[in-house]
Formats: sequence, structure tokens, C-alpha cells
Amino acid sequence: MSKLNTYKDGPGGDGHFGLFGGRYVAETLMPLILEVERAYDDAKDDQAFQAELRGYLENYVGRPSPLYFAERLTVKLGGAKIYFKREDLNHTGAHKVNNCLGQILLARKMGKNRVIAETGAGMHGVATATVCALFDIPCTIYMGTTDIDRQAPNVSRMEMLGAKIIPVTSGTGTLKDAMNDALRDWVANVESTYYLIGTVAGPHPYPAMVRDFQSIIGEETRAQIMEQEGRLPDSLIACVGGGSNALGLFYPFLDDEVRIIAVEASGKGIETGKHAASLNAGAPGVLHGNRTFLLQNDDGQIIDAHSISAGLDYPGIGPEHAWLHDIGRAEYVSITDQEAVEAFQTCTRLEGILPALESAHAIAHTIKIAGDLLDDHIMVLNMSGRGDKDMDSVVAYLESSKS
Amino acid sequence: MIGSARIAKRFQDLKADGRAGLVTFITAGDPNIEISSVILNQLPEAGADIIELGMPFSDPMADGPVIQASSQRALDNGASMIKTLNMVRNFRKNDSDTPIILMGYFNPIYIYGVAKFVTDATEAGVDGFIIVDLPPEEAEMREPVEQAGLSFIYLTSPTTDDQRLTVVVEHASGFVYYVSVTGITGTKSAATQDIKNALERLRRHTDLPIAVGFGIKTPEQAAAIGQHAEAVVVGSAFVSKVAENLGPDGRPQDGCAEAVLNLVRDIAGGLSAKN
Repeated sequence: MSKLNTYKDGPGGDGHFGLFGGRYVAETLMPLILEVERAYDDAKDDQAFQAELRGYLENYVGRPSPLYFAERLTVKLGGAKIYFKREDLNHTGAHKVNNCLGQILLARKMGKNRVIAETGAGMHGVATATVCALFDIPCTIYMGTTDIDRQAPNVSRMEMLGAKIIPVTSGTGTLKDAMNDALRDWVANVESTYYLIGTVAGPHPYPAMVRDFQSIIGEETRAQIMEQEGRLPDSLIACVGGGSNALGLFYPFLDDEVRIIAVEASGKGIETGKHAASLNAGAPGVLHGNRTFLLQNDDGQIIDAHSISAGLDYPGIGPEHAWLHDIGRAEYVSITDQEAVEAFQTCTRLEGILPALESAHAIAHTIKIAGDLLDDHIMVLNMSGRGDKDMDSVVAYLESSKS
Repeated sequence: MIGSARIAKRFQDLKADGRAGLVTFITAGDPNIEISSVILNQLPEAGADIIELGMPFSDPMADGPVIQASSQRALDNGASMIKTLNMVRNFRKNDSDTPIILMGYFNPIYIYGVAKFVTDATEAGVDGFIIVDLPPEEAEMREPVEQAGLSFIYLTSPTTDDQRLTVVVEHASGFVYYVSVTGITGTKSAATQDIKNALERLRRHTDLPIAVGFGIKTPEQAAAIGQHAEAVVVGSAFVSKVAENLGPDGRPQDGCAEAVLNLVRDIAGGLSAKN
């Protein structure tokens, strides 16, 4: 790979990370997207905005989240020393709230009085509904019917928080379809509505903005590992669907000598075609406002993704990941449903931590490689969310694999 | 005469006739290639002055339920970019006057290869493109289209302010498509007075003809808007006629094509004379 002076200066002024990113949206949305970009540029340098955000992150979310040495897992695997960055301990149970707080403050600053969002696993929906309750802003969440079925506890949580859930039946009723309908809502209600995108995808400035709001994960990790180990980690690992928890951990380390591993969902196996591994098995294309790697056929039609993990069940990936993959700065591997469920059980039994099925993909790959690494190798895994929401899916999976 | 010239000639003729043109949208391959071709080939005779042919896409983000469903029907029945171009090629055997604009989303074109697609579309007899998710900022298709002598038609909407209009019309060719409502296709309708005001603003920025679309479903609406615009775009209403004429098994019933063409005749009738 050709080494750049910095991997942290993207995107360019036009919102591109190399070939990827951009603003591929209908003209009706363009003025608003430019307005979001201006508002975000202002907020970045606005001390009062940043101080308010920090206050909520500390006292409402409970940051910093702990960096936990997973000793029993480390001993069991017999290699690298494994740390968990405990985003699962955040208020609402995942990393998603970091971004939601940033964007809800921005929406208020822009004078928007209605928020919409898409959700897959429901964690972003819950985080959005939570901050909307906190700031008393009406909120509408688009969620595919398949996801509503497999993430029922999160649906009840969102409703309890006062969100209106709109079931999306088009396509396979998953995250991609929810995002289509959220975009359609936004086009129709552009004056009043702020679209709170949950991952590092969509039109510029969303990929960069969500990355920035999530970078607190990596910044804290840096300080915490220096305190606990006196040096930077040797490797970082995280799961990727859209890729916001991964980029949040990775971004502050992009210019350091740190190995970076992102784990896609290969569902029932890449060879079966039923997977969500857009970098491992997709091709560049344009969807949902950005150019990135997509699962698609040779006529440019998007193919439905598959993963047991609703949060990874998306046929694309954030454009900055596509770029990091393209230039070789990060490794993108994949893990099947089966491996993720096994890792879910291993982590629960060894560490007493119930990981989200999304995070279980990162654990599964860690289980694969940690034993081959030296015991002075320090590895940080992003425990992006907690797994209570996935109990039904895991139980059903284990039942069906018995028969 | 092809491309931008064919479009310009059509607007000159409409002006000479003293009436607004009817731009008809149908989705290529909906409900299947055979019926869709029958509809396409008879559109001019039924009163279409310009034809927008939708390129089906799996994720049509700016479209309402009616056109989403039509895209899905077409894809389920084997529609493809190559078959869409073949429909145009076939149409051109008998009609060299009616402009055809391909409308859709960028990804299928990107995968086909932009340069190759523009070449093949030109050869097939396409005159212009409306690519919903390519705003002026993402200009990679505009240049090859201009070089081929075809039109890259831009959308403007009620949210397009004066500053932005300057950016949009700077690169516009063929005509300007005014999206009369903030929303997706086939849902809300705008008030005629709002459209009139918007067009006055638009004309301060461009001398190109203006076509108004989104939410126009009846001969009366078309006639009212035709008083102010050079052309009126109707889409979801025609596509709904296709959907209404499918059997319980989803197959087209007899008279499916005729039902669409009859509505084209009705709406064209309302535009036949400008007051």
C-alpha cells in the first residue's frame, strides 16, 4: 500500500473520499444538505455547542465508557491481550447515542422541529427516540417489517419513548428499505424535518459528521490504553454494517502504526449469496446519496443483504470505509451467522457480557486470530452494543440449528 | 436530427401551435416488455409530445408507491438497461420526431459504464436524460452527454432558491423540469397559483422551456398548468392505469395498453388549445 502523510484529511470539499462519498441526492434535498453542511461546519468550531455536547455525553450517556481488559477471553485464546471498549454500557446500550446527541443538538440549532430516522437493529431508533424525548422533539422512525419482527423489544422501547414507528414493507423490509422511506419522508417534509442518519453513510456531510461524533470512542481508547498499558494498541477490531462504531474507534488511530481490522457479516456464507459483505463481495456503486461498495447484480440493481444481525443487514457500507479498503489502510474480513452466534455464547459465558450480535462478529474474528498473535500484542475490540435485544434471535437460531 | 436538436424542434413546433406539450412518463418494461412496447410505440399517436421512459431501479428513492411498484413489476418480468434501449431502438424505426428522455437513477448507468451507456443510448435514439440523483455537483455524466449532442435535463423544486437556481440552470439543456411539490412522485399536487409564481421566478434565470411535473393526474390539472408552462409531465396517473389493469395473478389483462393510451388521449385533449 502507498503510504499517505495522513489518512485523516478526508473528505475533500466536495464530500468525496477518493472515488467514494459525494452527494447523490434529488435536487429537492440539495439545499437542505448544503444547509446541514454549513450548520455542522459552524458547530465544529462553536465552543458552546461542543461544551453542551460534552456535558450530555458525560452526565447523560455516562462517558467515558470503560476500557476493560477481558482477561478470561485472553487466557482462553492464549495470545493477544484483549481489551473491550465498553460502548454497550452507554445509556441506551450502544454507541449510537454518541451520534444522536451530536445531531439532535445540531437539529435544534438549525431550528428543525421534527426528526426522522431509519433503524435496522433498533439501536439507532432507540437512541434517536431517547434524545427526541429528552429535547421534546416529535420523532418518526422508519423500520423494516422483518426487523420489527426480530427486534421486538426495541420497538416497544421506541414506542414507550414516544416515537412513531412506521413499518416499511418494501424490498425485504430491512435497513435499506427503511432508509429509502426515510429519504422519501425527508423530500416531502424538507422545511420542518431533520434526518438523523445513524451511520457513516448517506450524502455528504453525514459520513464525516457521524464519524466525528463517534470519534470520541477512539479518542477515549487512546487515553485509556496509554493509562493502562503506557502505549498504543497493536490492533483495533470492530464490526461493520454502515460502519459508524468501527470508524469511531479507528479514526483517531489512522495515522498511527496500528493494525485495523473491520468485520463484515457474511451471513450464511459469501458463497451462498446470502450475506452482507459489501466490501468482500460487492462492487462500487451509488445508493442512498453516496458512492460506495454495494451488493448488486450486473445490471446495477441492488441485491438484498442477509445477516442474523439486523444492524449489519445492509447492502452497502460507509464511503470512508470503501476508501480505507481501496487504499489498503484497513483490513476487511467477514464472519458468518454461525460464527457470530458461537462468539455470542463464548463471550457471555467467559466474561459475563452479553454482546450485541453485531459486536459478536468482531468477537468471532478475534477468537479466530488472537491465539496466533504474541502475548504482548494489545488488541482493542469495540463492544459496540449490548445483546439483550438479540436474545430471541439467538434462541431461535440455536433451536433451528438443533433440528 | 437527434438529441438536443430534436427536443428544441419539438418545443418550437409546440410554440407555433400555441399550446403546451404533454410529457408522458411510463416505466420501461412495466408490466412486461411486450405491453410496455405497445404503449410506448402508440404514445405519440395518443397525444404524447415528449416521452419520458423510466429505467427501472430497485431503490427508487424519489418515487412514490405507484412508480416504486411499477419498477418492481418491470424488474420481476426481466427488464434491464439493454432491454430499455432496445425498446427505444424499436420505437425509432417508426418515429423520428418525438423526443425520448430516459429517466431514472444513476447506479444502473454507472454499472453499465457511463461512456458506453451514452454511446449506446445515442445510437438507440435517446435524446436526453433525467437522472434524479445526479445534482449539478455530481457532474460525471453531464459532459459525455453534452459531447454526444444530447440533453442533460435538471430538476428544480420549490426548495431551489435563487442562488442555487443559478448553479442548476448554468448547465441545463433541453428544458428545465420543475418539480412542483416538495415530495415524491404521484402524491401531493401543487396549487396552480404557486406554480405560476414559481415559473415566473424560474424564467428570470433561464430561457429554456419549462416542463412542470409531480402530482398532475387529471386533464383539468394539466390544462390549468399548461396555461403557464411549455409542457406538463404526467407519470403516476398512467402508471396507475397499468396497475389497475392487472389480473389477480399480476398478469396484464386485455386492454391494459389501451387503458393507458385512453388516459393519454384525455389529458392531451385538455392541452390542445391555449387560451
